Amino acid sequence: MTFINYASREINCKIVYYGPGLCGKTTNLQHIYDSTAQEAKGKLISLATETDRTLFFDFMPLELGTVRGFKTRFHLYTVPGQVYYDASRKLILKGVDGVVFVADSQEERMDANIESLYNLEENLQTQGYDLMKLPYVLQLNKRDLPNVIPMEDLALELQKKGEPVYEAVAMNGTGVFDTLKAVAKQVLTELRKS
Amino acid sequence: MKAVIGRFCVECAARVVLLVDRDGQTIAFHGDIGDMDTTSFSSLAAGNVAATNSMAKLIGEDVFPSVVHEGERESIFISVIGRSLLIVVFDERSTLGLVKIRAKKASHEVAAILDEAVSESAAFSRSPNSVFAEITDEDIDSLFS
Repeated sequence: MTFINYASREINCKIVYYGPGLCGKTTNLQHIYDSTAQEAKGKLISLATETDRTLFFDFMPLELGTVRGFKTRFHLYTVPGQVYYDASRKLILKGVDGVVFVADSQEERMDANIESLYNLEENLQTQGYDLMKLPYVLQLNKRDLPNVIPMEDLALELQKKGEPVYEAVAMNGTGVFDTLKAVAKQVLTELRKS
Repeated sequence: MKAVIGRFCVECAARVVLLVDRDGQTIAFHGDIGDMDTTSFSSLAAGNVAATNSMAKLIGEDVFPSVVHEGERESIFISVIGRSLLIVVFDERSTLGLVKIRAKKASHEVAAILDEAVSESAAFSRSPNSVFAEITDEDIDSLFS
């Protein structure tokens, strides 16, 4: 639920990057962090294991500017992708305003993508959300690798409701901001409707 | 709310007091913030309470109404008040006992103000003149230009 602080005239929205392990969720956030002006961002917090795998979540606040006198701030979160961190994933989805599903385009990760997407729907339901009604963007990451599935085939398998689909190479930033912009726009449009 | 938080901060001799939404959004704070990143702090506190409450359920407890972290110099006390968290950061100038007693007293006042704020906010968002209904596509695009 978008958090509006009328006293400080701020709109705070929560966006969660979801997807299977090693699909590039943290890399998306890292790129956004590295490419954003100092005054527009807070710290990038990573609760990670010793081997740099996300343990609980990554978090960074990002200030985009002012709409109708309200400062808009997006709180970007990632979830841990590994299957056994499901309890943590459920918690991070609490209060979510928009979701980016980061799919790994490599052929051998297709099953992991499907499993993670199913898990997203299930966990959203547990928290009282319906993916079909939530601002949502599909990012097809790692498009620079040799063994990737064609975009059309991936979209056919993973697209849920005609959501925007972006090809990305999060390592060099390709498609990262397009994805963020698409989900942020949907969240603000939803705010207008409500 | 700021006045209540401010008074509570003085009464329990705290360094900082924050009121945070359970989803990790800062509602209000008071005290010696210094260079503390309140946004990150709120988000981590909410994650901490969410994880602790899930652990409570796994051992058959419904909820842990408070969470304490004691450090060598600084300590943190978190009290769950409905949908919000009252967080006290304190050092050797205060004690956990004092913070707990004062927090219990303040929680009723905070809960009443929050209830009022929720009703006012709902009324505001239902208003046909709500500022958000006037947001245009251009307003949204301008954020990304």
